[in-house]
Amino acid sequence: MISLALLSLCLFGAACGLGLGWATKKFRVEPTSLADRIDQLLPQTQCGQCSYTGCRPYAEAIATGQAEINQCPPGGASGIKALAGLLGREPMQLNPENGMEKPVAIAVIDEQVCIGCTLCIQACPVDAILGATKQMHTVIAAECTGCELCIPPCPVDCIVMKVPRPGWDAWRPPRPVMARVLPPQHPLPEHDAPAGDM
Amino acid sequence: MKEYLLILVSTVLANNFVLARFLGVCPFMGVSGKLEGAIGMSVATMFVLTLSSASSYLVNRYLLQPFELEYLSILSFILVIALTVQATELLMRKTNPLLSRILGIFLPLIASNCMVLGVTLLNVQQQHNLLQSALYGFGAACGFGLVLVMFAAMRERTEYAPVPLPFRGSPIGLITAGLMALAFMGFTGLARL
Repeated sequence: MISLALLSLCLFGAACGLGLGWATKKFRVEPTSLADRIDQLLPQTQCGQCSYTGCRPYAEAIATGQAEINQCPPGGASGIKALAGLLGREPMQLNPENGMEKPVAIAVIDEQVCIGCTLCIQACPVDAILGATKQMHTVIAAECTGCELCIPPCPVDCIVMKVPRPGWDAWRPPRPVMARVLPPQHPLPEHDAPAGDM
Repeated sequence: MKEYLLILVSTVLANNFVLARFLGVCPFMGVSGKLEGAIGMSVATMFVLTLSSASSYLVNRYLLQPFELEYLSILSFILVIALTVQATELLMRKTNPLLSRILGIFLPLIASNCMVLGVTLLNVQQQHNLLQSALYGFGAACGFGLVLVMFAAMRERTEYAPVPLPFRGSPIGLITAGLMALAFMGFTGLARL
């Protein structure tokens, strides 16, 4: 009796699962809408400088023709070029009302000054800040998109934007060795920098 | 015909699932903050509840009863409900993107709505046939939707009303729900089922 119950329920469950698996394949929707493809080109900083709440809403606005392609400062000139290529339009200048193109920077919290108010955690669109009430906060460098949204809410101004290892700091012991090995005019490979290391 | 009408009146008004049986109270409190959300939730519930009560009748009649496995009804009904919800979502995303964008997040939420399981189990208990089962589910969802939309409209108003500080938010919502349940008690005796 038990075996019958087990068998029939298992068979029923397996049939349901198989049916659902088949339906998933059969009714799959390809993400080929224009908004999806525009969204893939946007930098996903979720900074809101384009005057929309994030990259996805901006992509939808471009797709419906409500927004121009020159409203994304983090994407900059190359981003506008990519969007123009996708949409078959002429590249244009970045709209200065939305902001200026800057080198990619990430937020750094001065942990000595942080009072643990959690305001920056609530502002962060990508959950890159770790911390709790009255506990020290810190930024997960690998997650930070450099949107600067955490800076205005901070009551003690302890967040600064830092370009990861600019100028002289960009050099680490292995690098000069590589520079000696490589021909001098050869550009250094970008991907060599250890991710998230300040 | 009269019987079917009775089922509808009973589930929508007299034995309202939220206010008389206290099933589905979680989405009732959770999704009633905004009117649009409440409407989306009610439509999605209507869809799923009608389908799942009909299909769980079929499972009960043609799988559980022949093998005398009625004691497994809860388990298999949960399976059926999960299947219906998933299949509905898949189908809707393919065939009607607009509707699926409106109902989007509500569909998966319904899988955990205890009202759905309650309706299917009550269908077995009251020995409904296929059409009666589907109608019972549809009526239950209509009742749920009616109460949810009314409640959401009231909550949108109490948001801006000068409510005393200790009662703001959920407490005044619960009091409102209680008053609504009292008002719905007036329908008792309209239909006895």
